[in-house]
Amino acid sequence: MPDKPKVAFYWCASCGGCEESVVDLAESILDVVAAVDIVMWPVAMDFKKKDVEAMADGSILVSLVNGAVRTSEQEEMAKLMRKKSKLIIAYGSCAHTGGIPGLANQFGREELLRYIYEESPSTVNPQKTRPELKVIANGSTVTLPNFFNIVRALDQVIDVDYYLPGCPPTPKLLKQALEVLLSGKLPEKGAVLAPDIALCDECPKKDTKPSDLKFTEFKRPHWMQIDPKVCLLAQGILCMGPATRGGCEGVCISGNMPCTGCFGPPSRIKDQGAKILSALASQVEAKDEKGIDETLATIPDPVGTFYRYGLPVSLLRRKNFNSTG
Amino acid sequence: MPTVEQPKENSWEPRIIAFFCNWCTYTAADLAGVSRLRYAPNARIIRVMCSGRVDPQFILDAFSKGADGVLIGGCHPGDCHYMEGNYKALRRMQLLKRMMKDMGIEEKRFRLEWISASEGERVKTVINEMTDQVRALGPLGLPKKFAEWDKELESLEHEVNGKRDTIHA
Ligand code: SF4
Ligand code: SF4
Ligand code: FES
Repeated sequence: MPDKPKVAFYWCASCGGCEESVVDLAESILDVVAAVDIVMWPVAMDFKKKDVEAMADGSILVSLVNGAVRTSEQEEMAKLMRKKSKLIIAYGSCAHTGGIPGLANQFGREELLRYIYEESPSTVNPQKTRPELKVIANGSTVTLPNFFNIVRALDQVIDVDYYLPGCPPTPKLLKQALEVLLSGKLPEKGAVLAPDIALCDECPKKDTKPSDLKFTEFKRPHWMQIDPKVCLLAQGILCMGPATRGGCEGVCISGNMPCTGCFGPPSRIKDQGAKILSALASQVEAKDEKGIDETLATIPDPVGTFYRYGLPVSLLRRKNFNSTG
Repeated sequence: MPTVEQPKENSWEPRIIAFFCNWCTYTAADLAGVSRLRYAPNARIIRVMCSGRVDPQFILDAFSKGADGVLIGGCHPGDCHYMEGNYKALRRMQLLKRMMKDMGIEEKRFRLEWISASEGERVKTVINEMTDQVRALGPLGLPKKFAEWDKELESLEHEVNGKRDTIHA
């Protein structure tokens, strides 16, 4: 019997939700397992780094790597998986666009470490001990990975062939992607394996989306009874749909929650946050600075709202500090 | 947009990208030129059909490619050729300003001005003022910062792709 194609899963800075989404394939996971040979999957199987190192370069057909890259260990593993794999898929928002961990790009490295190891309410650390990269204790040396200055999406560290968007990607998209890859009919390199349309175009509420809105206030979903049939923007709720790629089929919208943008932008949009900012602000009703500011003040955290999943791949990448911070 | 050329270290001059509406501020800048008004040479003017055409992505793109300041010039309220364009510009800029502050970019690097076709003198004043303000702030220099941040990645390359004795924990 010819060898089955080898598939690997790896995780970097992630929450585990992407692993969960693989398990969410439910019974279809058996078809996947039958069709391929899984050679690395830290969350579920006991393969080690040295097992991967022992493999021939390019011998893994496809590695699905989730999570952003924040540490030197993640960088090293990403580079190792790249070397051993024909194809790399950035799996999920964090690998695709930086994801939730990418929000840390609003803070400097020192600021973060100081808060975590000295200032956070639950920290008791009178000596202000910080983790060291290398510690020699009882004659043996212990090393820790380096914590980088910024969070990066996977393609800011290694070459990526395809992207599966979502926080996490839906089982349907994963299944489609695996089928396409195993069939050998490869999409164009760099493709995002989800439809290149705005979420609004496939939203179950799209028929009620007005062409022109006049915002006087942005409402939080828990403030009100949401009409399940009407476009959320039309109800004054901030929805990222206009600047977000479709493909999830509006799972959040169907649950009466606004889209927070996890699929990243469709290809014609370069900077998801700037685009939604533009779409929302230009439809504020007021015409004078004061009135405009009052309406916009109901968006308390523009960066965290507009770049919830994509700060590292935004045009500015991270907060600007006058030193390297 | 091509990368904005980086100034040499010791001869830094502010680089300001100016998006001027065709119907008013661009014409005013023309008038300033014809009237031989002298103003700072730091603004690179880009003509747009309306201030409402200035997508916030253009502004962030300009900063990320090396601009130290961005200026937008449009028709006075009520005078926009496309009725609402300048109001849209104003609303976007109010929010963008707030967001850029959160992203560590000083408010003074960014300005929206209404300048009608006859206000050549105003073009001169605004460009001069902004050049001085940005000069006082110093370079933003994002392309250089991006390159610096990414230095932390290069160090491992040889360990993965070269020969190395891997330490197994
Ligand atoms: S704005 Fe949101 S709720 Fe409205 S159509 Fe778009 S995705 Fe659907
Ligand atoms: S509705 Fe938006 S946030 Fe929800 S899964 Fe779809 S893209 Fe992600
Ligand atoms: S035409 Fe000048 S601002 Fe719209």
